[in-house]
Amino acid sequence: MNSLMETLERVTRVAGIRGAMLVSESDGLVVAEALAEGLEGAAVAALAASLTLRLRRTAQTAGLAVPAVVQLKAETGTLITVPAGDDLLLVAVAERDANLGLARIELKDAATRLAS
Amino acid sequence: MRVIESWVAPPLQAFLDESGARLTLLMTTAGQVIAQDGFTRSVDVMAAAALGAAINASTDALAELTGAGRFGAVLHQGSKQGLYLRAFDTPRGRWIGLVVYGAESSAGLVQLFFQQLTEALAGAAPAGPGNVPVLAENFEHELNASLRSLFGR
Repeated sequence: MNSLMETLERVTRVAGIRGAMLVSESDGLVVAEALAEGLEGAAVAALAASLTLRLRRTAQTAGLAVPAVVQLKAETGTLITVPAGDDLLLVAVAERDANLGLARIELKDAATRLAS
Repeated sequence: MRVIESWVAPPLQAFLDESGARLTLLMTTAGQVIAQDGFTRSVDVMAAAALGAAINASTDALAELTGAGRFGAVLHQGSKQGLYLRAFDTPRGRWIGLVVYGAESSAGLVQLFFQQLTEALAGAAPAGPGNVPVLAENFEHELNASLRSLFGR
């Protein structure tokens, strides 16, 4: 569990990342989280997992490959999800001015480590 | 959706819309049905209410026995459907929610929107007496009255 938390905390060290979570994709339940105060982990996990699952089905129905990254840009921030192995999803919540490029690289690295 | 008391309907409808639950049953801890959605036969509601109340009583007893205080919810995940059972306090007494969901929803979504349902019910409940204990001699009459309201017969 320590290495899991270290992986999540490494993601949160990217400037502007408010939190990172490992989520069970089919259940929408939090496996592990490193979140800033005020972020409702359980709610974000449930909705992010549902959103990602639906987007994956949409992509597959349209004959596209499974999305490697889902990025939802909102007015005051961005939600990023990356598959992290069998039925697991890495979710990050970023502020509006976060370094999203670096965040995506860290998320993909973290997802690879978690999946291995 | 069928409800015994009309004030339950808007919060429950919001929960149904958001969660995508297949079956939902609200009942008192004595097994008296408050509302249901998705059941087509009264006999299924009777059985589910009795079993839900019994599971809740069993988990409460188990929690006390193990010093866990009170369990928040019971979650059974099957290969095609999941079951979420949770007791919660309302201004009208302690109620139980039983929700069956499929692949179109998830444990996380049901948990999230059920929490919102409990808060909405707490806000919508009119002032009045809480759960009235059901005496054995009244139980069948109460049950039949609830089922008539829920199934219109």
